Amino acid sequence: MDKETLLTTVQDKLKAEFGEGFISSEILYDYPVFTVKRDVIIDVIRFLYNDEGLAFQYLTTMAAIHYPDNKGQELCLTYHLHNLPKNLRIRLKIFFPISDPHVPTLTPVFSAANWMEREAFDFYGVIFTGHPNLKRILNMEDMTYHPMRKEYPLEDGTREDKDDRMFGR
Amino acid sequence: MSNDKNTNTDLIEKDYTTLNLGPTHPATHGIFQNVLKMDGEIIMDSESTIGYIHRAFEKLAERRPYYQITPITDRMNYCSSPINNMGWHMTVEKLVGIEIPKRVQYMRVIIMELARISDHIICNSVIGVDTGAMTGFLYIFQMRERIYDIYEELCGARLTTNIGRIGGLERDFTPKAWDFLDKFLKDFPPALKEFENLLMRNRIFMDRTIKCGPISAERALNYSFSGPNLRAAGVDYDVRVMNPYSSYEEFDFIIPIGTNGDTYDRFMVREGEMWESVKIIQQAIEKIKKEPTGIFHADVPEFFLPPKEEVYNNMEALIYHFKIVMGETEIPEGEVYHAVEGGNGELGFYLISDGGRTPYRLHLRRPCFIYYQAYAEMIRGGMLSDAILTMSSMNVIAGELDA
Repeated sequence: MDKETLLTTVQDKLKAEFGEGFISSEILYDYPVFTVKRDVIIDVIRFLYNDEGLAFQYLTTMAAIHYPDNKGQELCLTYHLHNLPKNLRIRLKIFFPISDPHVPTLTPVFSAANWMEREAFDFYGVIFTGHPNLKRILNMEDMTYHPMRKEYPLEDGTREDKDDRMFGR
Repeated sequence: MSNDKNTNTDLIEKDYTTLNLGPTHPATHGIFQNVLKMDGEIIMDSESTIGYIHRAFEKLAERRPYYQITPITDRMNYCSSPINNMGWHMTVEKLVGIEIPKRVQYMRVIIMELARISDHIICNSVIGVDTGAMTGFLYIFQMRERIYDIYEELCGARLTTNIGRIGGLERDFTPKAWDFLDKFLKDFPPALKEFENLLMRNRIFMDRTIKCGPISAERALNYSFSGPNLRAAGVDYDVRVMNPYSSYEEFDFIIPIGTNGDTYDRFMVREGEMWESVKIIQQAIEKIKKEPTGIFHADVPEFFLPPKEEVYNNMEALIYHFKIVMGETEIPEGEVYHAVEGGNGELGFYLISDGGRTPYRLHLRRPCFIYYQAYAEMIRGGMLSDAILTMSSMNVIAGELDA
């Protein structure tokens, strides 16, 4: 099915099943993108997994984004889902405040979410409730901050051997 | 009686040994650590630590203009860096809306398939080395040198190629490059056949690799496997066929798949893919002969640097050059996800642009990172030498694991 039909099909099913949990939908380039509420996201993904017509049973990737200007909704978490037999792809987004970065874990549904969530925790500080092993994955364990957030510069400023004032980044 | 014996053995506390398959180990290709909990020789559990070569590509990409991000995509899967480069260029072209001429698409296909051959050469010969067979590795690597010669002719670099530009390629294929390519296509099939004869039906190799590190198709899909590892488990998912890019829909090739998802199947799938890549390159060369010559980029002066002679003589070229280098080009706002079939699977670029000269967010969907999670499950119950073979047959490349 083409992307407009996919958009309306998924939108109708999500609205029917979740009502208030479904916030909005749009088509960005070639992807239908759906924004839902944080507390229903695992149920939404499970619903899309089990639904016979949709059957989104492949998790392509998970990415966190930081929007420091959206007060109250600074962190965004996106899920890319894929239906392999019918070749359908969608994106799901949830927004939540940076003061309360808790999201339920997706590991019961997709084992692939294990390290993807650790990466989101490591770089953005998103805390996944129920994750079996939520520790830093790519950075050092004793790092105290979450580096991909926008307030941190590219380099951590502790180096004394180079002077970036003349040729700064 | 036997019931009593069983209860007795259950009550005995097993003392497991911890073995550190440490970060620097000659058998692990790249730097990642695995702490194995072993019961004698059988592996009970393992825990991986990665991140030893983390270079903060996603953060770097937020500070670099679009054309400066290509060198960092090189360094992800460095065994097949042209595929990463082309994937990035196609993502930006999708964001901006550039239409690439057919001849350039076919040239990109040739470059990407050469990269795929070179990646699979490494993986397969190194599976041989890990079972103790150095000869195949030595002989087939000469072919990889030929591929390096072709890259050097096209872009100047051998490994981290930074090949192509947004909007096409930086220069046309020179006659010497066509020469090298023709000679490669003549010499590679016999060399690959010779390599296959050493390992494919070799009794020792088959005994070592069959049933070594298997994974079923359902578990592989749940772990979001892609690429040769998933195809060895039996699922025929190939991004080139499912979401074709760069004219792949016009090419005629099969997708080799395996049955058990074990090391032998992964080896055979990669062998099959190398043969298919040779077919694709031959078809691409035939198609290029039918296209008008000399075209190597799209007509997008806002993104593709004008030739240097024009910059020194022509006002518009000077202005375009200035705008591109200083980052004054107009990039639309939006978010796009584009995936290519890398050497290891679906390599995806999720790019969010806010209209500025650098991306707002670039997320790299790295296939190695995603399927390496399954390693603990794949080696459970096997022996240590099987664990080494499983790791090398999964083609875990540290650069792609960590980015």
